[in-house]
Amino acid sequence: MAGKTLTLDEFATRVTSGMTIGIGGWGSRRKPMALVRALLRSPVTDLTVVTLGGPEVGLLCAAGKVRKLVYGFVSLDSIPLDPHFRAARESGAVETAEYDEGMFVTGLRAAANRLSFLPIRAGLGSDVLTMNPGLRTVASPYADEEYVAMPALPLDVALVHVNRADPVGNVQYLGPDPYFDDLYAMAAGACYVSCEEIVPTGRLLDHAPAQTLLFSRMYTTGVVETPRGAHFTSCVPDYDRDEAFQAHYAAAAKDPEAWQGFARTFLDGGEQDYQAAVARFHDHAAPRQESRA
Amino acid sequence: MTVTRAEICAVACADAWRDSGEVLAHAVGVVPTIGARLARLTHNPDLVLSDGEAFLLAGPPPAGATAEDGGVIEGWIPFGRIFDIVASGRRHSMMGASQLDRYGNQNISLIGDWRRPKRQLIGVRGAPGNTVNHRTDYWVPRHSVKVFVDRVDVVCGVGHDRARAGGAGRFHDLGVVITDLAVLDYDAAGRLRLRSAHPGVAVADVVRNTGFELDTTGATTTRLPTAEELRLIREVLDPAGSRDQEVRPSS
Repeated sequence: MAGKTLTLDEFATRVTSGMTIGIGGWGSRRKPMALVRALLRSPVTDLTVVTLGGPEVGLLCAAGKVRKLVYGFVSLDSIPLDPHFRAARESGAVETAEYDEGMFVTGLRAAANRLSFLPIRAGLGSDVLTMNPGLRTVASPYADEEYVAMPALPLDVALVHVNRADPVGNVQYLGPDPYFDDLYAMAAGACYVSCEEIVPTGRLLDHAPAQTLLFSRMYTTGVVETPRGAHFTSCVPDYDRDEAFQAHYAAAAKDPEAWQGFARTFLDGGEQDYQAAVARFHDHAAPRQESRA
Repeated sequence: MTVTRAEICAVACADAWRDSGEVLAHAVGVVPTIGARLARLTHNPDLVLSDGEAFLLAGPPPAGATAEDGGVIEGWIPFGRIFDIVASGRRHSMMGASQLDRYGNQNISLIGDWRRPKRQLIGVRGAPGNTVNHRTDYWVPRHSVKVFVDRVDVVCGVGHDRARAGGAGRFHDLGVVITDLAVLDYDAAGRLRLRSAHPGVAVADVVRNTGFELDTTGATTTRLPTAEELRLIREVLDPAGSRDQEVRPSS
């Protein structure tokens, strides 16, 4: 049982151009942002990104990393739309597959089960079928009914961020919602987990029940300890979404000149530089958001 | 204190859940959220409420707060379980609509061509799944010809014409459309018609702000809130008055 701990730089070499990557979390919640920032610094390009999307979509699009977006939605939650995502759609810069949220989850489930599709009622009669011309329906072999045959969404790699993990890749979430991180892990050929803290296996259940162990090391390829690695999205109970910073991000994303300044300040250096720049942002611009802890 | 338009709308929204029984109320928007909670506190005590995050609540949360701030939790409902509830039919939604046509086809995805939108909106979200699995109502806080259009650019929520063409299955169930001006429902042919105009709104105002022909025969006036409903809205559910941000008192 070999240790699977990696640095962010080591992780970044594992993702190569043209891959399909699934990104866990939901909207602007528990997104593996440090892993995404590592990809922004890497030469990787031509990605297919599969996600219930938050700001990782805008960041990857703005950096020219994305060929195709496969999504159930893209939202910053407290800000309905990411300006970079909006620009990418309105300029036609990226290919897209937009699905009903339930269809998207069904596609991941099909991939996790090694099936080419799973049936679902959602999508029938809607323009999701028009917007995804490859989608087919399937007749029930048991009843006079027809369903959407949601194709599997298999992933080359999945990226998720959680509260804790052990060095061999057992994964623990401590917030109220697992989102679909276990499904991304199961739908992928390789899964990279970033976490607030790596703890010895024997300490995982010190303060939390076994139900918080979201998925096992069987699914985990590598583990990266990156405190505040979901910033500026939420990672409760460790921290809430950084609303002031998210607003700053969204405002900068609307204006090419402001965006250059944002990228210079926050994205050009490494992860430690990013976290230090965020601390300076709060010292100068706004009172620091209290953590929920 | 006179009754505001937002309060009339909230009560109309509550009435939409009157007969839905023991199902999960899904409400998008301030006024529909007040409506669902009001229904739970008045005529539909079986209605199931969520805090919009991971918990079911035994009653409405403290005004303007979430379950964490003192609501009584009666269930766990992470996002992963929502789609199972949708598929089971134990849910009744009231969603927004950026565009709505005469058959109740709803668009929240984008304006223009899907390959290269003129304006990207919120996306189809759960509308395709909601409309083929359980009752779906719509809430339109600004009734206008921009919303009520001849043809929607993307069908997210499935309307009656498409459902009747055989494409949406046996659980398609559109209920009412509530706006800042009126309550609409569907006639036998599946077309929107005027059920009632809100007090102070002329039928002609509704017609003028609707981009397709609207049957107004049989239209009544939307009922006023009772004294108890007003007390619950003002003192329990929305003491901060956020409903007035969504529907202006002057409208």
